[in-house]
Amino acid sequence: MALKSLKKSASEPSKSAPLFTGRDWDFPLLSRVYDAIGEIAEKELQLDIYPNQIEVISSEQMLDAYASTGMPLFYKHWSFGKHFVRNETLYRKGWQGLAYEIVINSSPCIVYIMEENSATMQTLVLAHAAFGHNHFFKNNYCFKQWTDATSILDYLDFAKKYVASCEDRYGQESVEQILDAAHALMSHGVHRYPGKHALDLKFEQRRLEERQAFAEQHFSDLWRTLPKTAAGPKRDHDSDRRRQMLGLPEENILYFLEKNAPRLAGWQRELIRIVRQIAQYFYPQRQTKVMNEGCATFSHYRLMTRLHESGQITDGSFMEFLHSHTSVVFQPEYDDPRYSGINPYALGFAMMEDIERIATQPTAEDRSFFPDFAGCGDAYGVMRDAWANYRDESFILQFLSPAVIRKQKLFRLVDDSEDDEIVVASIHDERGYKAVRQSLSRQFDVGRQDPDIQVADVDLAGDRKLILHHNVVDGVTLEAKDTAKVLHHLANLWGYDVKLLEIEDGDTVAAHDGSPSKAFR
Amino acid sequence: MHIIDRRPDPGGKSLANRQRFMRRARALVKQAVREASGSRKIREIDGGGAVTIPADGVHEPSFHAGRDGGMRDYVLPGNKKFVSGDRIQRPKQGAGSGSQGSADGEGEDSFRFVLSRDEFLDLFLEDLELPNLAKRQVMGDAAEKRHPAGFKTSGSPASLSVGRTMRRSLSRRIALKRPNPVELEAMRSELAELEAASGDGIRIATLRAEIERQERRARVIPFIDPVDLRYRRIEVTPEPIARAAMFCLMDVSASMDEHMKDLAKRFFSLLYLFLTRRYKQVEIIFIRHTHEAKEVDEETFFHSRESGGTVISSALIEMAKIAALRFPPDQWNIYAAQASDGDNLSSDNARSVALLRETILPMSQYYAYLQVGRGDFDREDGVFARQETTLWRAYQELIRPNLPMAMRKVNDRRDIYPVFRELFERRDETAEAR
Repeated sequence: MALKSLKKSASEPSKSAPLFTGRDWDFPLLSRVYDAIGEIAEKELQLDIYPNQIEVISSEQMLDAYASTGMPLFYKHWSFGKHFVRNETLYRKGWQGLAYEIVINSSPCIVYIMEENSATMQTLVLAHAAFGHNHFFKNNYCFKQWTDATSILDYLDFAKKYVASCEDRYGQESVEQILDAAHALMSHGVHRYPGKHALDLKFEQRRLEERQAFAEQHFSDLWRTLPKTAAGPKRDHDSDRRRQMLGLPEENILYFLEKNAPRLAGWQRELIRIVRQIAQYFYPQRQTKVMNEGCATFSHYRLMTRLHESGQITDGSFMEFLHSHTSVVFQPEYDDPRYSGINPYALGFAMMEDIERIATQPTAEDRSFFPDFAGCGDAYGVMRDAWANYRDESFILQFLSPAVIRKQKLFRLVDDSEDDEIVVASIHDERGYKAVRQSLSRQFDVGRQDPDIQVADVDLAGDRKLILHHNVVDGVTLEAKDTAKVLHHLANLWGYDVKLLEIEDGDTVAAHDGSPSKAFR
Repeated sequence: MHIIDRRPDPGGKSLANRQRFMRRARALVKQAVREASGSRKIREIDGGGAVTIPADGVHEPSFHAGRDGGMRDYVLPGNKKFVSGDRIQRPKQGAGSGSQGSADGEGEDSFRFVLSRDEFLDLFLEDLELPNLAKRQVMGDAAEKRHPAGFKTSGSPASLSVGRTMRRSLSRRIALKRPNPVELEAMRSELAELEAASGDGIRIATLRAEIERQERRARVIPFIDPVDLRYRRIEVTPEPIARAAMFCLMDVSASMDEHMKDLAKRFFSLLYLFLTRRYKQVEIIFIRHTHEAKEVDEETFFHSRESGGTVISSALIEMAKIAALRFPPDQWNIYAAQASDGDNLSSDNARSVALLRETILPMSQYYAYLQVGRGDFDREDGVFARQETTLWRAYQELIRPNLPMAMRKVNDRRDIYPVFRELFERRDETAEAR
């Protein structure tokens, strides 16, 4: 593939002079490169992006950015210091390189680029981040639904100042206690579905009337004659009402605590809210790793190729680009010591390329698998639609083609703890495609990665114990030691004891308890 | 699109977070630092460097699935020989897949902390002070300090003082009225204008003459002349430094077992560390003794055993001899630490005390006696009411306020640090024994 595009460009006459020749770059060069990429991105790929703000940083600053999850400003907490120390150690020892760029989902979209990058690498990262990721951030439905790119920086600024003012007023330690506890519950502090609006009086009245009308319409005196049965579980109306008042069951634990924990002060609720908002902001990124990287990698590959074809980058820089591109999309095989899970860049890029192939040169197999768009010719249109309306789980389920499964030689293992051997359930063959695709799609479903834990009930009449349920799937229970620690944090926030029941098919398979060490005041 | 250069921004954005982390982990790091001291050689103890703290203390918990049990599904790339229905032996550790493990794949078994030497020592020796240090002496070797002392007219190009040279060049140019390039340029452009407009002929002629005159002047008077050159002058002065000699005296008779030696070693290590913090140069002299004393190297000191009686005075004599020979007390700060189980030949006690009082203590900055016990046996002092050793009693009589001597008993490894702290705690009155 790489060689093909090289040959093609060699045979074509150069249309314009190269943008740069050496490895050095300066600011005017960056804007020339940006404009050149922007033209192709707009005309050919039709990318729709937020305005960009490109910030050149040093490696020290990159380490700083790593520590605060890439954000330009963030509140202070020891855990960020811990990540900083860890990354710094790894970097200084040479065990870990630094990223070439970091891009932030905000408007204007902030792209950090490292000063050490060569001119080619700056071109690559601009194409990758300032166009690929930027388009994805602006158009994907997950981001549209859950994040507000224009206000995130203002919110982070508020959060930082608010946390600092709380530290001044209430002491670093009390703030740290709350943040520690909230961080522990961060993965369960997101809304996964658009919220249900509170009922207004008018709506409620109308619903009541509708129900009455329905009952009158279907009135039959015969029902009266049926004998009353004692069978069936009797519903406990008190508990139903209590749960309804508290909005239970609730899977957003931080939200529940922020609204309902009885012993928290206002500023503590606000801190929980800050952690929750930030968790929510990052939630779409967790759901779209493959797509986001696939989109960015495909975009940069296409943009760089076009630049090379038109002679705007030299053969030498194109080779340099290909070198780093191929190492980014390298997928080690499962028995390779370098293997550490599926590489989202590799999978995403392979799928995007395959969509293009299916749209333009489909085989009979593709036509049967993807009747909607096989051979439609508009590959970018199909991709833009995918980038806008899917997340990893649905994208893989919908677009992973047999060709990619064969190319990557994907196979599926089933590991049942009751069996003493692992079974190869399906491989990359006719019978296996759908099973592999389904299984891989579930592997990327954050709803399955995070255990499904919900606040189920509160013992309001008794000791105010908070009861949570973990809906166990496939017999996979929680890790006990960590769970106990999180429950301890949770109990500290709640102010009273908490209990977590792990329930599978109606049976409780495990239970964990937590008590507050000291209630926050 | 904007491009912003963030490089000049103030760095150290993570400093506050790092400090918070340090505070959080301080107790753990402190403990790790003290543990680390046990496993190092005395001379290497102050290396700073990495200590490992258990990740537990700084672990951030979250709800996540356990590693075993249940039914799991994996999709892996790179199938080579499997067909569906194959059964594979379960690998020893998990299923060989990282996808279900921790979210970011980071192992968190323990956390390595890299401390600078100063951080290491700060943590180690918080609030301690070395008693009675003094005696600085001008030494011949390597004890010199370089400091700037004005300027000179010749020197190596590296020591050229550009600022001073330019200053002299400027004053010379002003004094000799070297033409200013700005003025010259102004005249030239005026000339060009006049010539273009073919204006006033006389003015053109004067301008030409003036320009030529000025240009000649500029050629004759150089911008920088060799007389302008100034070089930085560095003066080297010998610097008095404080040196310390640390005498480690240990009883190696058969009654001292490995445990006791280990205790002694830990104490000596601490003392060494402490001394290096205050003195640029610290010599250690190991003297071991049974009924006769010998100077040995560290390895032999701690690890070989000898049989014989115990005559402490032999070690004191040896120490006095070495000190007189190699470490004259007027040039060296002498510290001594003696470790023993206290079983001295009873007839020797009086002699040892006399030696201490008349020879050793007057020349020493500090003398510490550490009586090591046999593990938990001595911990039940109350029950068995063990008698004080004769040496202990003899030394105790010697103790006076203002005498640079202290003595303590240590039975267990964990007592070492507290005892050390007790001995060297910051206070006004030095060396006060109980």
